[in-house]
Amino acid sequence: MRAALRNILRLGFKELWAVVRDPVLMLLVAYSFSVAIVTVARGVRTEVRDAAIAVVDLDGSTLASRLVGAFLPPLFKPARFVGLEEVDRVLERGEATFVLLIPSGFEADVLAGREAELALLVDATAMALAGNGAAYARAIVEQEVSRAVARSETASPVPVRVEVRARFNPNLEAARFLSITQLVNNLTILAIILAGAAVIREREHGTLEHLLTMPLRPFEIVAAKLWANGLVVLLAALASLFVVVKGVLDVPLAGSPWLFAFGAAIYLLAVTALGVMLSTVATTMPRFGLLSIPVFVVLNLLSGGFTPLESMPRWLQLAMQLSPATHMVAFAHGVLFRGAGIAILWPRLLAMAAIGAACAAFALLRFRRTIAAVL
Amino acid sequence: MAGKAELAVRCEGLVHAYGRIHALAGVDLALPKGALIGFVGPDGAGKSTLLALIAGAKRRQRGTLEVLGLDPARSRDRRELARRVAYMPQGLGKNLYPTLSIAENLFFFAALYGLSGRRAAARVDALARALGLFPFMDRPVRALSGGMKQKLALACALVHDPELLVLDEPTTGVDPLARRRFFALLEAIRATRPELTILFATAYMAEAERFARVVAIDSGRVIGDGPPEELCRRTKTQSLDQAFIALLPAERRRGHRPLVQKSPPPSGEIVIEARDLTKRFGSFTAVDRVSFAIARGEIFGFLGSNGCGKTTTMKMLVGLLEPSAGEAFVLGSRAGADTLAARRRLGYMSQSFSLYEELTVRQNLELHAAIYGFTGEEARHRVADQLARFGLIAVAERRPRELPLGVRQRLQLAVATLHDPEILILDEPTSGVDPIARDELWGFLLELARRRGVTIFLSTHFMDEAERCDRISLMHAGRVLAVGAPQAIAREHGGGVLEQAFASLLANEAEEPQQTIGLAFAGEPPPDDIARGFSFSRLFAFARREGRELLRDPIRLLFALLGPIVLLLAMGFGISFDVENLRFAVLDQDQSAESREVLRALEGSPYFERYAELARFDDGDRLLTQGAIAFFVAIPPGFGRDLLAGRRPQLAVWLDGANTTRAETARAYVIAALETSFAQANPAKTLQSVPVRIETRLQYNQEFRSTAAIPPGVMMMQLVMIPAMLAALAVVREKELGSIVNLFTTPATRLEFLIGKQIPYIVTAFISFLSLIGIVVWVFDNSIRGDVGALALGALLFVTATTAFGLVVSSFVQSQIAAIFATAILCMIPTVNFSGMLYPVATLDTISRTIGESFPALYFQRIVTGVINKGLGWEALWSDFVVLLAFALLFWMAAVLLVPDQER
Repeated sequence: MRAALRNILRLGFKELWAVVRDPVLMLLVAYSFSVAIVTVARGVRTEVRDAAIAVVDLDGSTLASRLVGAFLPPLFKPARFVGLEEVDRVLERGEATFVLLIPSGFEADVLAGREAELALLVDATAMALAGNGAAYARAIVEQEVSRAVARSETASPVPVRVEVRARFNPNLEAARFLSITQLVNNLTILAIILAGAAVIREREHGTLEHLLTMPLRPFEIVAAKLWANGLVVLLAALASLFVVVKGVLDVPLAGSPWLFAFGAAIYLLAVTALGVMLSTVATTMPRFGLLSIPVFVVLNLLSGGFTPLESMPRWLQLAMQLSPATHMVAFAHGVLFRGAGIAILWPRLLAMAAIGAACAAFALLRFRRTIAAVL
Repeated sequence: MAGKAELAVRCEGLVHAYGRIHALAGVDLALPKGALIGFVGPDGAGKSTLLALIAGAKRRQRGTLEVLGLDPARSRDRRELARRVAYMPQGLGKNLYPTLSIAENLFFFAALYGLSGRRAAARVDALARALGLFPFMDRPVRALSGGMKQKLALACALVHDPELLVLDEPTTGVDPLARRRFFALLEAIRATRPELTILFATAYMAEAERFARVVAIDSGRVIGDGPPEELCRRTKTQSLDQAFIALLPAERRRGHRPLVQKSPPPSGEIVIEARDLTKRFGSFTAVDRVSFAIARGEIFGFLGSNGCGKTTTMKMLVGLLEPSAGEAFVLGSRAGADTLAARRRLGYMSQSFSLYEELTVRQNLELHAAIYGFTGEEARHRVADQLARFGLIAVAERRPRELPLGVRQRLQLAVATLHDPEILILDEPTSGVDPIARDELWGFLLELARRRGVTIFLSTHFMDEAERCDRISLMHAGRVLAVGAPQAIAREHGGGVLEQAFASLLANEAEEPQQTIGLAFAGEPPPDDIARGFSFSRLFAFARREGRELLRDPIRLLFALLGPIVLLLAMGFGISFDVENLRFAVLDQDQSAESREVLRALEGSPYFERYAELARFDDGDRLLTQGAIAFFVAIPPGFGRDLLAGRRPQLAVWLDGANTTRAETARAYVIAALETSFAQANPAKTLQSVPVRIETRLQYNQEFRSTAAIPPGVMMMQLVMIPAMLAALAVVREKELGSIVNLFTTPATRLEFLIGKQIPYIVTAFISFLSLIGIVVWVFDNSIRGDVGALALGALLFVTATTAFGLVVSSFVQSQIAAIFATAILCMIPTVNFSGMLYPVATLDTISRTIGESFPALYFQRIVTGVINKGLGWEALWSDFVVLLAFALLFWMAAVLLVPDQER
């Protein structure tokens, strides 16, 4: 038992040495946890911004131009006037996502108290924008019209005031959400690639075979790979959490970063085990590359880090409970955004550990078999 | 000296460097036509570089080189040379295609030289019969023995009736019988074609004694040149082996003493025993009922060609492989996977270098000391001992890759003996090592066996090494043909010569008949008018071959067709902007009819699902923290009263802001639901209701489903990444495996090569498109509203452009794994972020938009949503088709310019 532990440690140090001395891998790790997080956090948007709107103004009235003037940045790009005959082309070419049709006689109807009608055409293929953008557009129109009617700049068509306050992220800054999502995604990608590639590199260089002729058990070899590669990723992720996420992106962390580190460590053992498992299925580097891509794309996209689980079909939600990433995303959001403690989050930790153990068991089962099958 | 016109090769001051290492350091040679000339020297001496330069596979760096009076550096001359020179690169069958059959390989090469139809069939037939390959025409190259691969490679080289044949170590790793037959074949060919010049590199000095002229090369220089007898005479030695050592510069020879064999050990207890040991891989029997017994202190040699089962047998002994049948005993215990204790008494050295390149010599020894449980003083002691004993002190802090092969093997031996094993199992420890280092290594082995009583079990294919063993076993095709003392076997089967004994034992076994030689040049030679420019038949030869290879690689094919489907399903379901079943809670502190209206408004909406009614504010906060609800609504006391009084009371909505995408959507929907509900009811009647109705028309996706909007874009994405990746891999694989040399040394042009290889991937990607469109329609429940023909044509153009992009990527990456990740990284951002797939192009700023417009994805995205969602056809989209075509042409041009037509 002591000997096994010593072997695991010693082999792990060798592993660390190998990773640290590989400039390409280190560069990949550094890039993933810095540039890749900042660009996504700053560049990708989840809110309505700069939406392109075109207006067909058949009325030409003061009210119409008042409406048009109300579409303002940052929500909308300045509106662009088009003729009625251009509407189809504008939408078909994707030059505008929204088209507001103001019929002639619109102002007259409104002022006379007759029900006036406006049409808002929405390119509903632009899902990211269409739903929320249309809601904003309607609100803008309703507000402007009621103010015009009431001749007051504060009038509202609604008899209640709905005050929305966001907990954990009061201004709904996307960068906060995206930086953490990206952090978890990169944990997944790097852990799978590092651990899997480490096994395949050893297999291709014949060193794995060599290890197996020595007084070592496959378990010791695999365990060394898990902790060493996991540790590299964990340290990089923590550095990134403090320097990039908290420092550069200025994201406040609600809960304890050390609880996060603890969960991340368990997660990394699970995903490195998954990486080793994949390396026993795909036994050459190119095959491993081809196999790992769909695996981490699925883990990253379907684990609730991007789209909430409840928007997915029920069967998929259930299936994704088998993904360690699902639990890690929930755990990370819980700790870092909501400040939840271990009392709330322990089932997630347990699930990650169980999935990791299953992957490791599978990997060990196949380990020896795939060493020999060089044919 | 022959006149210039009769020279096959002339070079002066030829220098070739890889980085700082000089492979050739000034070579001057003049080789006459019609001769059989041998090149000898250890691995890394520069033989291969010289031959590759002559064959036109490598680009000349410095010095002059003339081949058949032409200059391989000039592209016009090289195309001429491609028809007159044939090249067999090092590594058995390296330029062959392992999954293709003998016939398919031959026909492919015939097609490259412009032979087709009946003429090709006649030529292939004649060559195959002449070389004894005819009975095995349908066997894949992968399943051939070394000797057969060698003959097939020769047949492929002879397909165009060359004037100069460049053979780089064609006999390495081939059994003695096959080697003899190969020489007989060459002689027969030379008899019918006396003007044929053959350059032949070999690592076996003994073999070189057959040549009329030998060029000895060491460290990039010619150290001897002349007939073998003359070299021996000049150096006053008996054999070429000794002559070579004598020719080496003085400092390399220092310390070398010829080995003196000591007396054999007393025979004693049996320490290794195999009984009917058998290993099968699928239907292939690698080791077939092998039995032997080895006594303590014995040096036991395992002799045989590559692939005869030596390595597999050894792996079973050390426990790396489980035998399929039979059993083996090592030191009295059964060999197997779980014999940790036995492994401590065993040292193993595998065929290729298997220590850590990233660790120094000392660190490698230290790691092994630790694994064998040595700690502290003892570990230090042992490491220091081994460094001293194996002469590694000077290189202790260097990394193995910087060391010559001989020293690396010494290190491996030092590692394998660090723990004082009783048995050493060594798999070809001297393969590729120069004669001096070989003698040195044998010095260590003899010392271990004779002084320390270590039992040594080693494999080799050098006959002179076999003669140094106490006993040997000859192995062929998984079976042991003979066991005994080398002298006894030589006497019994070979008239006193071991090689002869091996050959005659093999002759009884040989599968292929002794070839009918002399027929080699029957059949029609290829046309003289081989197309010099672009040739469609060569292009289709590449396409056919690539297609066949793809069909025979199930994992790649699976990835090509199943990968996109998995990803489309994952993303189609996973990327969703739909809001459904958002769970909420209500804190109603008013409990009036009006406050219950709030609850009704939310419950009536399909977007929300009530989770709980709250008693206290803190409960809501707790549920948010747990992630149990998306939001809760707090209704203040007096809400109903204020509402009726027209005082516009406030409703507070607390959102979970963790996931901002979801929070944004929830906010918009909650406000809309509440405001609409109250505006319509307007119980106060104090405000004049707004007399405007906004009719929102959702175009192209009336139900506002994510599954209508997202999957078409994801389909577009799948037609970028995976096809580009596969096309890039196809070229890089040839770089890695070495068959790209066929592009360098045959008349094939880069355009034929690239487009030919691309075609199967265009076809695969198009099939993939059909499967994806099927999923978009049936699984995600969409209908194609526009012109299906336009969509299909667009897809065809698009995958042509994206696979061509893969070809461009392949031009600057060297390994397959780099090809995969480089393609992924390069495609990802313009495809996902700037193509309009997720965010409308109209919202992009100028820079992002420019990036998007510089990649084909944006245009096909327009075609995809245009046809599927918006119901468009040709008229609206024609400009996008034109752009896609332009991209394909542009990428082809770039790939042709960037892919090298010679190795550097």
